This record gives sequence, C-alpha cells and structure tokens, in this order.
Amino acid sequence: MKIVVIGNGMVGYKFCEKLTAKAQSGQFEIVVFGEEIRPAYDRVHLSEYFAGKTAEDLTMAGLDWYEEKNIKLYLGDPISYIDREQKTVRSHHGITESYDYLILATGSAAFVPPIPGVEKEGVFIYRTIEDLELMTAYAKKAKTGAVIGGGLLGLEAAKAMIDLGVTNTHVIEFAPRLMPRQIDEAGSNILKAKLESLGLSIHTSKNTSGILGDQFINGMQFSDDTKLDVDMLVISAGIKPRDELAKLAGLETGHRGGIVVNDKLATADQFIFAIGECALHGGMIYGLVAPGYEMAEVVAANLMGGDKSFTGFDMSTKLKLIGVDVASFGDPFVSHTEGRSIVLEDSMKGVYKRINISNDGKYLLGGILVGDADAYNMLLQTSKNKVVLPPNPEDVILGARGGSGGEGGAGITSLPDDALICSCESVSKGDICQAVCDGNETMDAVKKCTKAGTGCGGCVPMVKDLITHTLKSQGKYVRNVLCEHFNYSRQELYDLVKVHKLMTFDEVLNKLGTGDGCELCKPPVASILASLWNEMILAKGNDTAQDSNDRFLANIQKGGTYSVVPRIPGGEITPEKLIVIGEVARKYNLYTKITGGQRIDLFGAHVSDLPAIWSELIAAGFESGHAYGKALRTVKSCVGSTWCRFGLHDSVSFAIRIEERYRGLRAPHKLKSAVSGCIRECAEAQSKDFGIIATEKGWNLYVCGNGGSKPQHALLLATDLDSETCIKYIDRFLMFYIKTADPLTRTATWLNKMEGGIDYLKNVVINDSLGIAGQLEAEMQLLVDNYKCEWKEAVENPEIRKRFSHFVNAPEVKDPSITFEPMREQKKAKEWK
Amino acid sequence: MIQENVLTWFLACRTTDVPDNGGVCVKYHDDQIALFNFSRRGEWYATQNMCPHRMQMAISRGMIGTQNSEPKVACPFHKKTFSLSTGKCLSGDDCGDLKTYPVKIENDLVYIGIEE
Repeated sequence: MKIVVIGNGMVGYKFCEKLTAKAQSGQFEIVVFGEEIRPAYDRVHLSEYFAGKTAEDLTMAGLDWYEEKNIKLYLGDPISYIDREQKTVRSHHGITESYDYLILATGSAAFVPPIPGVEKEGVFIYRTIEDLELMTAYAKKAKTGAVIGGGLLGLEAAKAMIDLGVTNTHVIEFAPRLMPRQIDEAGSNILKAKLESLGLSIHTSKNTSGILGDQFINGMQFSDDTKLDVDMLVISAGIKPRDELAKLAGLETGHRGGIVVNDKLATADQFIFAIGECALHGGMIYGLVAPGYEMAEVVAANLMGGDKSFTGFDMSTKLKLIGVDVASFGDPFVSHTEGRSIVLEDSMKGVYKRINISNDGKYLLGGILVGDADAYNMLLQTSKNKVVLPPNPEDVILGARGGSGGEGGAGITSLPDDALICSCESVSKGDICQAVCDGNETMDAVKKCTKAGTGCGGCVPMVKDLITHTLKSQGKYVRNVLCEHFNYSRQELYDLVKVHKLMTFDEVLNKLGTGDGCELCKPPVASILASLWNEMILAKGNDTAQDSNDRFLANIQKGGTYSVVPRIPGGEITPEKLIVIGEVARKYNLYTKITGGQRIDLFGAHVSDLPAIWSELIAAGFESGHAYGKALRTVKSCVGSTWCRFGLHDSVSFAIRIEERYRGLRAPHKLKSAVSGCIRECAEAQSKDFGIIATEKGWNLYVCGNGGSKPQHALLLATDLDSETCIKYIDRFLMFYIKTADPLTRTATWLNKMEGGIDYLKNVVINDSLGIAGQLEAEMQLLVDNYKCEWKEAVENPEIRKRFSHFVNAPEVKDPSITFEPMREQKKAKEWK
Repeated sequence: MIQENVLTWFLACRTTDVPDNGGVCVKYHDDQIALFNFSRRGEWYATQNMCPHRMQMAISRGMIGTQNSEPKVACPFHKKTFSLSTGKCLSGDDCGDLKTYPVKIENDLVYIGIEE
C-alpha cells in the first residue's frame, strides 16, 4: 500500500514515526513532500534557537532516519496539485507520485492581519527557522521592537526579541488581556506585572491601525491615535490553516479555514486524511502539538486495520514564558451556574492560582496557574480523572498547612491507571508503572520504553515520582546510586570511605566497588576523598580520577585553552597585585574579564603555560581561586562600614575571614557566599549557598540560595549572631551538606529534597537535634588546618608539573589547532562548529 | 591478490610518561593521537585526539573507565563517551566515532601503529 504525506512538520513526521513503528517493513511505501528545506524540526521549542540551540538540535530525526525507514523524502518541494480521480499528486518541481491514501499534514501559516504597511522591511512573522534567521540578521541594528499578539506565540516571540538583544520590546494585544484563550483577567494582570518587571512593555486593548516608515518600519500607529517608535516588528496574531491545496482539490473547508474532517480524520474523500493544524474537527482547529500527535496516532492505527477515533482533545497547557510559569487546564473560565472558584492572588510573589470546583465541591473542573505551576500535573490529573477532592479543596493550591511534609491534596497514588501522564505521546500511568515493573527502573529506560517525557518534557517530574513510587511499592529501597561501579549513594560512600580510611580512588574502587570506574563515579569519589582528607588532589594517582578541570587546576574553555582565576578574598585587592595580574595577562596574551564574584578571570592560557603563569602569580602572593573545582569559589562583599555611610559592620573583613577559612573546601557542588554590611544587601548574599547580612546586633545567616538556571532565594537560618557563632553555624551547615548531598547537587536543591526542609536543617544546625554538631565542627577544623594552595604544590613538584604539556613527545610545542580571533582590543576563542 | 595493510610502528613515548589510568596526547607529524594507559586493566589504547562533537583537541584529557566492561573515554567538553576498543560513540547520538590505532609495548617503550 502506498501512502503519500504532504507536509513534513512535527505532525507529519510523527505520523511517519507511528506508522513505521506499527508496520512490518515493506508493508507500506511512504513518500513525504515537505515545503521547507529542512526535515521536520521541533517548532514548539523554536525560541531556544536564540538561546543557543542549533537547527540541528531542533531536528526531530535526521535524513538517515528516513533512509533507514525506507521513506522517500522530497524537501523544498511543495505539492501543487492533487488529482483525486487518478489518485496522484504533482509537486512544484514536477514530480508525480500516485497514492492509495493521502495524508494532508500541511500545518498552518502565521495569520497576518491586513494592516496598512505590513509589507515594510523590518516586519516579520514567527514561524520557521528561516523567519528566525531573518529576524536575527535584522535585530542587530534594532533597539526597540514590538510584537503584535499577546498570546502564547506572541510572548514567545517577545522572549526571542530579548534574546536577540532588543531589550526594549513592546507587546501589543488587541484583547483586554494577555493569553485570552488560556487565562482570565486577574491572571493576566499578574503575568503582565511579572513580564514588565523583566523589561517588557505590555499594551492591552490596543489596536494597530498602521505601520509607519518608508521602506523600513520606524513606528506603529494605533486606533486610539497614539504612536510608538519601533525599529522592528514581529506579527504573531494567530494561525491560519494551510488548506489551499485541499480547496483546489474540491475538498470541503471551513469558513475561517481548515480542512473539514470526521472522527476518523477523513476528509470528504475517503482516501484523503488531514491531521494537525490544517484539520478542522468539530468546528475547531487544534493549534497545539499534542492533539496533532493524537490525530497522527488515530490515522496510523486505522491504516493498520484498527478502529480508533479522534473525539476532541484536552487543550490544557503549561509553559514557561520568559521564566514565568503559566498553565491552564480543563475549563479555566467556569461560569457561576456550573461551578465555583477558589482564587489565590499574591501580588507580592507574583502568583495567581484559580481552581474551579463543581457546585457540590467534589470535583475539580479546571483552573489557571500563573507564577507557580508546580501543581499543574497533579491538578490536571485530578480534574481529568474526576478524583474526589479533599474536604478542604483549597489545600490543592495552598498545600497542606500546619506542619511540614505531606503531599498536599491528592497524590499520584490516587490516580487511576488510565490517567494520561504524558499527553504528547499518550502514555498512561498504567503504562509507566508496567514499564517500571518490567525492569525499566530509570528515567532514561522508561523514556526509551514508553516514550513518555520525550515530547515537551513537562511530565518528567511526575514520571520520576511514579518510578520511585512503583519501586517503593515493590519493596525496593530507592537510592541514587553513583553508577554501575558503585552500588552506593554518595552519602553512604562518604561514610564508608571514612570508616575504612581509604585515601585513593583505586582503594575505594577495590574495597567498595566493581569494575574499572567511569566518568560518573570518578569525580564524586575524588570529591569525597578531598572533602574527607583535604590532601593534594593530584597526588597518589588521584589525578586521573579528577574531572578535567580539577586535573589541570584550571577551567577548560572553547578551543582547549584554560582560564586562570587567582583568589581575591572578599574582592579586596591592592594596586600592586592588580598590576601583577595585568603584567601576567600581557605576557601570556590572556583575555581578561572581571567575574561576577569580584575576581579577575584570565582566559586563553595554553596548558603548558599554566605552571609558569601560576609561578608568577604565587610569587606575587596570589593563590588558587578554585574556580575549576566543586569547591568554595568566592565570598563576595560590599564595601561595608569602613567607607559606606550606611554600613553597620565591616563586611569586607568578615568576608575575607570566611573566604580564608573555607578556601579549597571540596563539596558535592560549587559553593558561593557573600557578606553584606547592611540590609541594602549590595553583596546579594541572599542568592548564595550561604550569605551573611549585618544587622544592628550582629549577623543574619541565610542558607541554600542559588543563582544559575533555577534561581532561589536563600532562607534565614539564624538571626543576630556574633561572628564566632556565625562561623560555628556555617561549619556545621557546610559539613552536613558535604556529608549528605548527592553528587552535583547545589545546597538549594539539597534543601528542596530534604524531608522537613529548613525547619529540620535549623534543628540540626542550631539545636543539634542529631547530636553531631561537635563532630561536624571538628571535621571542618581538620579541613581548615590541612589547607594548602594546590597550585603552589603543583608548581613546586616536577612530577606534577610535567603533566602540563599538550604533547607528551614534544612538550615545548603548543597545540597548533588553537586559534584566536580579535575582539575589542583583546581576543576570543574561535567559534566551534 | 590479497591486500595487506602495512603498519608502521611509531615510537610515541616511554610507558612512564603516561599517567596510570589516564591519557596523553602524542604528536605524529601534523596529527594528534590520544594515548591511554588503562593500567587497571593492563591495557593500552590510542584514538584520534579530536572529539568529533565540537572538533576539539581534547580526547586525551578525558576520563577513562568502563561501561558494561567496555573500555571508554569521556570527552572533557560535553562528556560524550566513546569506546576505546572500537572508537564508536556510546552516548546514543550521532556525533561521529573516533578513529582507533593499535598500540604495542616493547622494553617500556610505547609504539603506535599507523596504516601507511
């Protein structure tokens, strides 16, 4: 049987994937025509193209996949004619193919409203990688941008503009609120405030009447007689189904576009199906990927002789817009007659939650989440599966109050087996639990076996919970073991290495592990050894167990050169030392930059220059900054009471004392700290693993804050401490973290996973609830006493020094493949492919 | 006619020049070869030094280990892993494979076999 698919977008691709997975090889001959020059790519994550993903990263499957599946793929060649009598199609380039069944997956195009001036240069749509490339080129000379459309795609486009460096970006929405299909007015207001705090200007109830400028756009005219100067404009005002081919072939289409299909996705012609955004089902166009995938599944299954129907699709969505969670599920706008709403609005935190409940209070009908959508999966399942709500339904958005712990509302356990967990790939709770029972006990294995979590990824946390829950229910003890060589968690291994007094990676592997180790277990074991004994990390054969950065005591950078960061405690440095850094940088031709942690980073050092560079720095009184290690990095400080007219205490002196105490301390992940001299918090201590802020009476100690990809404010551990008590608490806190955290877990994540949370941590650190405070302090003191600058040891040891060369058989030759490019009077690494 | 690949054995370095369970980079004319002393297994391996993922000269600085007893190396840049015996990428994506070379040890000297 021969199948021709018109359109190679996400849904067209998914159809091929599903059909080839179900069919025996040779059962179908499949031919695909795509209009774009690339094979299908992930349009949902298009904006990540600006955040560094390449077109290749976004590709659903490479050309070799099509080859492997025996699919004939024509790219850059749209179909221009369908002959329904002869059952053939003809392409733009004149290729004719016959079909037994024809699948229309032509998708949609951006809807461009008929505003005078839309043809001007600098006006873009946001749909394909080509659109993005055009925008990227134009954005270089644009300072002010605008997006027409405050819906889901419009806000994505606004994010893209910011990513492109157009920081002054306006969003113009015709409706009185943002995302009018998904959220209500109150939710829109919270979202608007959040987006405005991030630098976007939002205009609602604004109707664009003209686009100004001659050849190039230079402004926008609105119907309320106002104007806005802009250098570029992106139109993202909705989609228009691509139904022109179907129309030409005489198939029925809707008044406002879309190819009319029945529950089997068949058009008026029984040999032609339409799926995805071009299909009009029950009067509705489904502009999301999940229903498109479901349509692909229905048609593929029926071609295999099945009897599936498409009967509409839940349009619940959760997404992250410029870092703000937005979700809506079920019926987000229930009317008074159908149900009642519970609303939580916190304009301080920028959180809005609304749940709609049936009049008898038993069922969840739908809702809206803005600012915090962690509960989305749970709420979606609760509403979809008609799980009976707890007696106080507000608990499902507030969490169980009074006392810590508890799952808060209905947990995954209460979901029925047919509850759909992954809607992109339609995988149910039962499927996932079965896969786990069949021995797929990791997220990767479950992904491979069920495909759950491979689409938008939104269900991954829930799948993980299901895996853990299923394993627990089988009586299995669930732990994060390091890898195939060590059947222990990091915490267990730490205790065992200590008890057995093991000093090298090989000793640990011989005594506690199997096999030969790997890149997953070597760094954590090396880190445990360093945290326990604080010996030189390159000694005793432990050098090759270190991660690359630790092995060369420097950070590997693009091109294979290294960067050098001397320690500058508290950010305080003398003019003499500044001059030395400048001289070293000039001598070894290094790019210099001030870091976020009040230090100076020197980039572009050849591996063979590192010992000489460090010899000079050490001679001038510098020591390693451990920027390469999972170790204490920097203790940032504001200038404090010595100069600042607001300063309460001398924050610089305290920062230096803290940094010198914990320098070189190896931990499960990097550690950052800061000390602020007053409540104005100029050192940003509340974003650090441990942060100290001066008060009238002493110091407030905050812990477990985090910048990075998932910022989190530190929590207050203790108030008004004197300096000695403050250090004692930090000793206990850090040692407890080092002993119990999983590998590569920052303090924030460690605390998030801790049962009992900050209350439990306070009890351990302040009230000594585990009776280990004295031990923790002693262990820390041992590490402090054992500190030596490892770069000093490295340059003084000829055996270690010898390892710093690129070629073993030509130590004097530098890597000839390293090249630099000039930039702003300095240099940068050559861009990699 | 039987075609034989002729190997030239090239003297790379002394065995003691290569750290236990680690690698070094060997210069062979304009080529760079990563040489590994997997002393825990008593095995030596050599591969191209360039990681095919981002074309970086870094494989010799990677950590070595095993995956189901298959010896492997992880590139320090993005932790793509490759089999040391076959050069095949084990990270489950198609970033390309490593070229491998035979290694022999004679009198504490390391030789790498180059096909001419």
